[in-house]
Amino acid sequence: MEHKNINLNLKVWRQKNNQDAGHFETYKAENISTEMSFLEMFDVLNEKLIKEGQEPVAFDHDCREGICGMCSMYINGRAHGPWQGTTTCQLHMRAFSEGETVTVEPWRAGAFPVIKDLVVDRSAFDRIQQAGGYVSVNTGNAVDGNALPINKDNADAAFAAAACIGCGACVAACKNSSAMLFTSAKVSQYSLLPQGEPERKTRVLNMIAQMDKEGFGACTNTGACEAECPKEISIANIARLNREYLAAQFSL
Amino acid sequence: MTWKEYFTSSVGKKLVMAITGLFLISFLIVHAGANSCIFLNDNGETYNAVARFLSHNWIVRFLELGLFVGIFAHIIQGLMLWRQNSAKRPVKYAVNPGNATSKWYSRSMGLLGTLILLFLIIHLKDFFLGTKVAMYAHGDEPHNLFAEMQEEFKELPVVIIYLLGVISLGWHLIHGFSSAFQTLGVNSPKYNNLIRNAGYVYTVIICVLFMLMPIAFYAGWL
Repeated sequence: MEHKNINLNLKVWRQKNNQDAGHFETYKAENISTEMSFLEMFDVLNEKLIKEGQEPVAFDHDCREGICGMCSMYINGRAHGPWQGTTTCQLHMRAFSEGETVTVEPWRAGAFPVIKDLVVDRSAFDRIQQAGGYVSVNTGNAVDGNALPINKDNADAAFAAAACIGCGACVAACKNSSAMLFTSAKVSQYSLLPQGEPERKTRVLNMIAQMDKEGFGACTNTGACEAECPKEISIANIARLNREYLAAQFSL
Repeated sequence: MTWKEYFTSSVGKKLVMAITGLFLISFLIVHAGANSCIFLNDNGETYNAVARFLSHNWIVRFLELGLFVGIFAHIIQGLMLWRQNSAKRPVKYAVNPGNATSKWYSRSMGLLGTLILLFLIIHLKDFFLGTKVAMYAHGDEPHNLFAEMQEEFKELPVVIIYLLGVISLGWHLIHGFSSAFQTLGVNSPKYNNLIRNAGYVYTVIICVLFMLMPIAFYAGWL
């Protein structure tokens, strides 16, 4: 891959706190290596801002290897930038060209209020998870792993759903700010496995109730969530969630 | 959980849209099928007989009630969902992805539905009203619906309104058909292509038939 340094015009959303109206600020990012990640580019910018005595841009990040789900940036109209199946930290600057103007916004959703600049409060996801996204386990001896036979197809589908890192890109990409892809992934990973069976019905009812309470929109099946998901979670999970919800409603 | 809680949840509301949507899809087959009798070109003899049968058979009359319940539920629920969903993002994005992540018609179901509703009002005034007036106000006198169509579709603006109405319906159906199955929980690699293609075939057949009707009258083929 050809390595070069590029200069970019950044249009970054600045917002002091959740009361502030917020606005776009323009910055020049100079001499950015195309080998850098998008977050490293922001590190370079922030160092420059600090040296100049300005307030650095606040953004969420943690693992920087694409598995924690923290780096929530809406770049040029795309959640996690233009690459598919990629988090912002795994997005490299070679995705951009010399002199390009890059607009960076926080996730926008009523259920994800902005805390500062590009940092949003995603605790709504935690509360959905806490409403039922778990398996109750009585303490005692660990059960032998082979005691529970699990169909390979179900194990694979559950594993694919469990790849969800709760980053919120599905909500950010959805025109209705719907959290259905997230919730469906969490419901699916348990409903497909025997360990999740005892709480299967109450889980889906409670998680949907919490999802609606948090102020996420309804699913209209545009598929934008699936297209933007860095873990490529399928909307087949949303169909499963709909089935689980209906089945739970009929029998509980 | 009570049924009220179910149907006021975000998933339940979508189920209402899917079930009423599929019911309306089945209605369109009957509607397009019955209307296609005009193409027999027997000066509307068969068509008027079919229309008289449909408006007098008690099973059809009963289904007609269901149709009105279904269509009102679909419209009201759809408009409410449109309003509620657009309030979920108080601050909009400065840059939008356009068609990079989703199809424009899948994002425009509310708008397309509203266009269909406006068309429907015109359409009911044009043809439904006359049939009912003849039945109830004029002592059930024979009503020549074929002649009424012939008269109506002499006007170019009317023909254009009908064509635009059917085009809106087509885009609405392209997304609505497969979306209804997804909402009902039918999504499997085995059947996804079948459902999507069935939706395309259905939409094309229905729309071509409906568009041919005003065109055929205007062009004087009938």
